[in-house]
Amino acid sequence: MKKEVKSSVPADSEIVLGILNDSKETLSRLYISYFPMVLQLVLKNSGNEDDAKDVFQESVIVLYNKVKAGNFELNSKLKTFLYSVCRRLWLKRLNEQSKTTRNIQDFSEIIAVEDDLEKHEEKDRQFELMESALIQLGEPCKTIIEDYYIHNRSMQEICEKFGYTNADNAKTQKYKCLQRLKKLFFQT
Amino acid sequence: MKSDLELTNLIDAYLKGELTGSVLADFEQLRKSDPSFDMKVVEHRNFILNLSDYGSRVKLSSDMNAIHESLDIQAIKDEVAPEAPKLRRLWKKYRVNTAIAASVAFIAVSATLLSTGYFSKSISTNVNLLRREINSIKRSQNALIKNINDKPSKGPADPGEFGGTGFALSSNGYVVTNFHVVKGADSVYVQNSEGEAFKVKLIYIDPAYDLAVLQITDPSFEKLASLPYTFKKAASDVGEDVFTIGFPRDEQVLGKGYVSAKNGYAGDTVAYQVSIPVNPGNSGGPLLDNRGNVIGIINGKQALLDGAAFAIKSSFILKSIEAIPQDSLDEKLVVNKRNTLAGLSRKDQFKKLEPYIYMVKVY
Repeated sequence: MKKEVKSSVPADSEIVLGILNDSKETLSRLYISYFPMVLQLVLKNSGNEDDAKDVFQESVIVLYNKVKAGNFELNSKLKTFLYSVCRRLWLKRLNEQSKTTRNIQDFSEIIAVEDDLEKHEEKDRQFELMESALIQLGEPCKTIIEDYYIHNRSMQEICEKFGYTNADNAKTQKYKCLQRLKKLFFQT
Repeated sequence: MKSDLELTNLIDAYLKGELTGSVLADFEQLRKSDPSFDMKVVEHRNFILNLSDYGSRVKLSSDMNAIHESLDIQAIKDEVAPEAPKLRRLWKKYRVNTAIAASVAFIAVSATLLSTGYFSKSISTNVNLLRREINSIKRSQNALIKNINDKPSKGPADPGEFGGTGFALSSNGYVVTNFHVVKGADSVYVQNSEGEAFKVKLIYIDPAYDLAVLQITDPSFEKLASLPYTFKKAASDVGEDVFTIGFPRDEQVLGKGYVSAKNGYAGDTVAYQVSIPVNPGNSGGPLLDNRGNVIGIINGKQALLDGAAFAIKSSFILKSIEAIPQDSLDEKLVVNKRNTLAGLSRKDQFKKLEPYIYMVKVY
């Protein structure tokens, strides 16, 4: 029954470096190398490919956050880390669906990842808060905020994009938007 | 004092590293001197970090989705988890349920059968073979000693384990009975109506017709007078009155009836169906018609059904006799051809037949 998934796997250190540099190529290689393993895990344990996709992407986010927070130590293989995270996430989902989890079929060794997942859950809450706050904020505030703070556009560009007569007007607008966003974010 | 708006813009500029020269120095100075301002900067920075985390995660997700779109998921799926055939998938999914259901069914069936006594009955046939299990007296030490002390001159002291009936084939000591009566016997004795027992040996068996031919080997045996009955070669008709004599107990019992069908149990052409009262112990008894011809030999009756006994047709007895290699016999086996029973009343017939009918005891 057990079948090892074989593919050319990039070195772990390369991937960590790639993540720190926001390399798209690294993400792609990571995805291609490790997604099959997770797909196998989920399919063999009463899930479908969409479940596998969700679980795997979540685990990649966990990995990214961990690497970017700077406290990633390569004390286990990246593969084992991802597998363990996915396994935990999938078990949790199965539990939520109150499906039996008597014996999950394993395909790889596992390590304890509870701490990472706790951190991830906290981040996840923040993410959802921010997401809902931004949605409530509405246009054009949302785009202004995103452009300025996330995409790091200059006030001048924003000014032109939204047709403000001068940068000061834009700055005022951005300030008002930010205040509203903060209010929305912290009130919930 | 600057307005909140101006301050925020300043902090934004600071965080983006747009401040230079004296403005930066002023800003740093202000942070150091004014803790509430410093707090404001930290708060703002944290929020912005939060915002950018959100941004990078959105980007990461969309990047991953793009990669996911480009993958051939079905191919990967086939590689990592080859689809089992539907039947096997269903089996895997439901095998526990199936096992439980099967066990429950098995237990229920067994319990039902057990409680209705199904297992205690023999199910191989609905025909009860009519050999009698003699209620054997416990063979106590005392009995044994008694036997040693005054050993009877003839026959064994202990009653046999099984009993049936047999009748003489010829005057020189050949007796026919059912195979099932003598089956598995250690030794076989026949006992006549006088109570004399003779040791016999098995000289021929025919399990297919359920027949066995015995020869009395006991030295105390004296030749009989010539047989009063003959063996009928032709088949008897349905409705013919018949009678039998047997040993359902330790005494000869006469039973009277008629041939009720040409064939036996389940269309068995070897036997007749006879409507006649028979009991265990009647097996091997002769079935005679009114004129005293042996037309068959009683061998069984149908279970759970009244008045359906079966008798092996006499033609098969004759066939069996023919099948015995004559060379191997000590004495010639000649079948009687003269009938002296015809025209007699039933009680006279019984009297004449009495000495030729034996109880067969099997040990």
